[in-house]
Amino acid sequence: MRSDRNASAPLGLKVAAGLGLAFLHLPILLIFLYAFTTEEKSYQFPPPGYTLQWFAVAWNRPDVWEAMGLSVRVASISTAVALVLGTLCAAAVSRTKFFGRETVSLLVILPIALPGIITGIALRSAFSFAEIPFSFWTIVLGHATFCVVVVYNNAVARFRRISGSLIEASMDLGADSFQTFRYIILPNIGTALLAGGMLAFALSFDEVIVTTFTAGQQSTLPIWMLEELVRPRQRPVTNVVAMIVVLVTFLPILGAYYLTRDGDQVAGGGK
Amino acid sequence: MSIVTDTSILAGRTGPSGRLSDFFWRNPRILLLLMLTPPLLWLGVIYLGSLFALLLQSFFSIDDFSGLINYEFTLATYKQLLIPSNFDIILRTVLMAALVTLASAVIAFPIAYYAARYAKGKWKVIFYLGVMLPLWSSYLVKIYAWKLILAKEGILTWFLAKLNLLWLLEAWLSLPVVGGSSLSISYTGTFIVFIYVWMPFMILPIQASLERVPGNLIEASADLGGNPAQTFRFVLFPLALPGIIAGSIFTFSLTLGDYIIPQIIGSSRLFIGQAVYAQQGTAGNIPLAAAFTVVPIVIMGLYLWMAKRQGAFDAL
Repeated sequence: MRSDRNASAPLGLKVAAGLGLAFLHLPILLIFLYAFTTEEKSYQFPPPGYTLQWFAVAWNRPDVWEAMGLSVRVASISTAVALVLGTLCAAAVSRTKFFGRETVSLLVILPIALPGIITGIALRSAFSFAEIPFSFWTIVLGHATFCVVVVYNNAVARFRRISGSLIEASMDLGADSFQTFRYIILPNIGTALLAGGMLAFALSFDEVIVTTFTAGQQSTLPIWMLEELVRPRQRPVTNVVAMIVVLVTFLPILGAYYLTRDGDQVAGGGK
Repeated sequence: MSIVTDTSILAGRTGPSGRLSDFFWRNPRILLLLMLTPPLLWLGVIYLGSLFALLLQSFFSIDDFSGLINYEFTLATYKQLLIPSNFDIILRTVLMAALVTLASAVIAFPIAYYAARYAKGKWKVIFYLGVMLPLWSSYLVKIYAWKLILAKEGILTWFLAKLNLLWLLEAWLSLPVVGGSSLSISYTGTFIVFIYVWMPFMILPIQASLERVPGNLIEASADLGGNPAQTFRFVLFPLALPGIIAGSIFTFSLTLGDYIIPQIIGSSRLFIGQAVYAQQGTAGNIPLAAAFTVVPIVIMGLYLWMAKRQGAFDAL
């Protein structure tokens, strides 16, 4: 029996893990290949030829730009709302113990724990009941609701690591609560908030299920893509847009990872 | 003397922000209330409010002749869920969610185990990002990628043709339930895409629970004569179970409510999400749509309750 700590993995496990990761990544790589195909009408593989012309075609499509613009605006404002609400909630839950604390964390998680279609249809019937017409703001309302949890999770994890004595020390040295927040708390939770904000942005930018219920006639980029998936009209343009969406969503995820990676080394973290 | 006792307690702060700061320090409950009000107003009033309004509507019924909603308390709409065509939808969805969850656990386990026990340093990062990137990348793009793969003229057919295995695909497609005229319009296709899209949610909770298993426990089992299968069955699997259950909450719930994947890749037979969408949209039958949404809520409620008893929440 081997008992050395650096024993290498059994071959079967290596193969299974490798195949699993390949299963997760190959389909996404295929998107990159198809963006360059010369085939217009079908999903033929291997592509008969390669071209860059669809990038120019997609660039000149006003509907793509409009959808992209709407998605960016919705994601930015939803992220801002989620940052405020999520941070407040995280601060309240982690700094104090109060009656119903567990309920608050459950309430924050509920919008993503329940299937999106339930959130979507609930909001839609509430809008029609209150006679609120669909607009930019109804989309933001839906998105911010489920983005709060991402910010909340990141902020709660960081708040737990900030030592309480750090805040008391600041107060003892004569800073008031606002100065303590500005100079002690904010620098400590800053990267966690940035990471949470980036993930919230990625989540909102990509959301389609709730959006179909709250958008009315407008189309965000995912709605535009969904229409192309159900009734394909411009396959090459869809291929290019799909590739751009992959690239755009990878950046915030990588950014969020690098921001929270060293989270353990927050100053004063060792209690 | 009096000067010393005075200064040992700092004088109150001056200026509006200083006074406000002192006020909050003395009354932490008011600060707490101020912090909690905006998120609770948003989530508790807007979100929970609309959720309850929706649930309430499931107790109304629709008038068959006028198509208007009859605002009288009744269980008739719930009775409609039990008629065979609707009940089939529920059964089909729950069965699919269960199968997707099982298959996801089987595929996710080796990845999680390797990442937890053998991956070190750079490889740990690669595994982590290798799971996070597909998990977070665009839902629709992932479905689109599978449309490219499963299409008749797509990469899978090409690949099987190269291996001279096309007969296998055709034999599979000619099977009664799982088959169809092409993979992209069959249950098999729906199943594969569901696994692809939701399986990453299974990996991280399993990995978290496996990381808490000390390596010498596995060695002890081997030293005591357990072969790898026995070690897995009696040591590793029971310890990983809370993680598997935690992950299954995601895969099960997400499959249960999805209506876009079966619409794009699948046969024309409906799932719960599609039924909800059709009832509230073209059919205009909000009460029945609401009653359909109650099904996943109740199932998830039971599921979460059982998961909590198994201690799955510690693995999240």
